[in-house]
Amino acid sequence: MKPARFGYARPDTLDGALAILAEQGVEAAILAGGQSLMPMLNLRMARPGLLLDINRIPGLDAIALSGGVLTIGARARHAEVLASPLVREAAPMLVQALAHVAHPAIRNRGTLGGSLALADPAAEMPACITALGATLVVASARGERRIAAETFFLGVYATTLEPDELVLRVEIPAISPGWSHGFHEVARRHGDYAMAGLALALHREGSRVVEARIAFCGVEAATRRQAEVEAVLVAQGAEAACAALAGLDAMAGAEVTAAHRIHLARVLLRRALGQA
Amino acid sequence: MELTDEPMAEMACTVNGVPVRTRVPLRQSLVDWLRHGIGLTGSHVGCEHGVCGACHVQVGGRVVRGCLMLAVQVDGEVVETIEGATASGRIRALQEAFFARAALQCGFCTPGMLLQAAELLAANPDPSRTEIREALSGNYCRCTGYHAIVDAVEAAAARLRA
Repeated sequence: MKPARFGYARPDTLDGALAILAEQGVEAAILAGGQSLMPMLNLRMARPGLLLDINRIPGLDAIALSGGVLTIGARARHAEVLASPLVREAAPMLVQALAHVAHPAIRNRGTLGGSLALADPAAEMPACITALGATLVVASARGERRIAAETFFLGVYATTLEPDELVLRVEIPAISPGWSHGFHEVARRHGDYAMAGLALALHREGSRVVEARIAFCGVEAATRRQAEVEAVLVAQGAEAACAALAGLDAMAGAEVTAAHRIHLARVLLRRALGQA
Repeated sequence: MELTDEPMAEMACTVNGVPVRTRVPLRQSLVDWLRHGIGLTGSHVGCEHGVCGACHVQVGGRVVRGCLMLAVQVDGEVVETIEGATASGRIRALQEAFFARAALQCGFCTPGMLLQAAELLAANPDPSRTEIREALSGNYCRCTGYHAIVDAVEAAAARLRA
């Protein structure tokens, strides 16, 4: 199991990388952590003409908290995000979720930006940044643009990212007083792909939920804000929200049926509302 | 062996304290280069897609999957394999505990287990059995059933704390 031949470029600057993407973006695969790309190369499920290694570009892995916004560089490794006191303070949901992401050696290489750009429907990070109301900042030789996380994910391995664009960083509003974060998941074994995962942020007054942000992973083909479920939760409470999950467009597969994914989503929501 | 038309790249790094300067095929994985390029066969090739953990090595002080990095990517990096970790003595307590508790049978997974367990103990000198299992969740063993491995890591941690 060896990869097919590819070209390889390892630019030292962002401009260098964007110039390559402008010219060869359709043929290129961006190599950040490589923890999903390298298996696909080894299995020859992917055969890009060029690997664009972004590991030498300075500044892509910074984590900062300023003015109520947590900024995480796209190449920040999962292990760095997990260990960051700034992330723990401003976005505790990410810390809870990253404990479910693969295994230590994978987390030492895998990156936040890579997980978002890949858009695996079972991945935890897309659901988290959607529920957190984050914004992706992406760049191409044409300039920068900002994309709301809740509009970024289109389907299985599909996003609104253009072939010449690179994710630079993610901006996450820091958790506000009165809000709580939760992440819950069911997988066959710890670290395996989620059969269903739930990211939620809740604003309570007393015991009543007055505002909610909810996203799932491993349930629908693309993670999204569950606006209907959020509205039902706020208006009618937990049991009605769990019932509203019947409307999910759950993925069906040989191993996990759509009905079972909805069942798991309901279990997770009930569990989260009991705890969060 | 070099195929005449195989795309190659210059690469220089440090492996187990020794500077290495060489040419590698662009598409060669780090673990394949360590084994076939410079004869360090202690890192094992199992699944070749990041699932089994037999290929674990350290790059820049962090444990990584040797099958999920290209050799060319460790240009400028410090690499340590099981051979280096053994020679330095830094994993001796774990090795002795694995031996004492029969935490290996065929030994194929053992180098990866030892490096990952060492990274755990460096960060957490007194891990619970659950934490040990989580740390080793990306390392497959098809012989022992894991209990003896968890025992060994727990025993090594206790000895290192004493």
